Amino acid sequence: MSYRGMTAEIVTITGDKGDKIEAYYAKPAGKGPFPGVVLIHHMPGWDDWTMEAVRKLAHHGFACISHHLYHRFGPGTPDDLAAKARSAGGVYDDEVVADVKGAMAFLRAQPEANGKVGMMGFCSGGRHTYLAACRLDGVDAAVDCWGGNVVVDDPTQLTPQRPVAPIDLTPNLKAPMLGLFGNEDKNPSPAQVDTLEAKLKECGKTYDFHRYDGAGHAFFAAERPAYRVEQANDGWQKIYTFYRQYLG
Amino acid sequence: MCSYITEKTEISGSAKGAGGWSNVTAAHVYYDHPFHASLDHALSIDFMSGDTTRKVAVEMSAESARALVASILAALESGEEAHG
Repeated sequence: MSYRGMTAEIVTITGDKGDKIEAYYAKPAGKGPFPGVVLIHHMPGWDDWTMEAVRKLAHHGFACISHHLYHRFGPGTPDDLAAKARSAGGVYDDEVVADVKGAMAFLRAQPEANGKVGMMGFCSGGRHTYLAACRLDGVDAAVDCWGGNVVVDDPTQLTPQRPVAPIDLTPNLKAPMLGLFGNEDKNPSPAQVDTLEAKLKECGKTYDFHRYDGAGHAFFAAERPAYRVEQANDGWQKIYTFYRQYLG
Repeated sequence: MCSYITEKTEISGSAKGAGGWSNVTAAHVYYDHPFHASLDHALSIDFMSGDTTRKVAVEMSAESARALVASILAALESGEEAHG
């Protein structure tokens, strides 16, 4: 088969408290039906890498959306809004979950949608993915890429913005969970990944964890020294396979 | 991993960015994933006007940051000696 085209555009979703939020949306060419994926960006912001990942998923057959978590700090450029969000101590978990719900609703409302919606995130977005997958109904598959602070060893790290350790919400998780981690990562550390896996097992959840030697944090980041080509390529393949299994 | 740890300090001075010169009143300093620099982690300094308006931003390696600290201290020492 030849390559398939796609469209990518800025759209508006309805998030927490009815707020209108910018989002980047890419979908494969054609009438579908296509499964949907909400991609939650990492803490440095709604950046080029995020847009590339959205398009990568569209290229592989998924209608993917990534909304701007820091939209409420605007107007401004994504990097300036990321700085404002950091200065304020980050975004509130409740807002994040409600915004993700809005992004999921957007995907399901599209005429090309097959009705299935997955979720994924990198770094802090991995934590947000775990959190939202535990708190929202209607998540069909979730991918946590090295989400830090899912396991919180030091309770003083809990803040008004992030008042819970997402691992504690594991009994509520309804979606199958794929986890990708680097064994040289410090947050999450291999021990924390073990703790998280033990919790998922204890709660009888469907999960698939992969730990990569020779990789640390953010090993998908092709524009950073952390990039590990072999591990990243394998990780992406595992994501496509996982989503095809659970999203159709 | 993103830490959210930010050191904030009040400063008195000016900075020049895309919009020209303006007063700056604070510096926000953190070591985390950068937005632009090709580094896994960067020492970032946001020179602020008020608590929310960033006038100038820099991202640099840890080695660069330590060298810059040494340069600042050396410049202060020699300059204050020269100018009393």
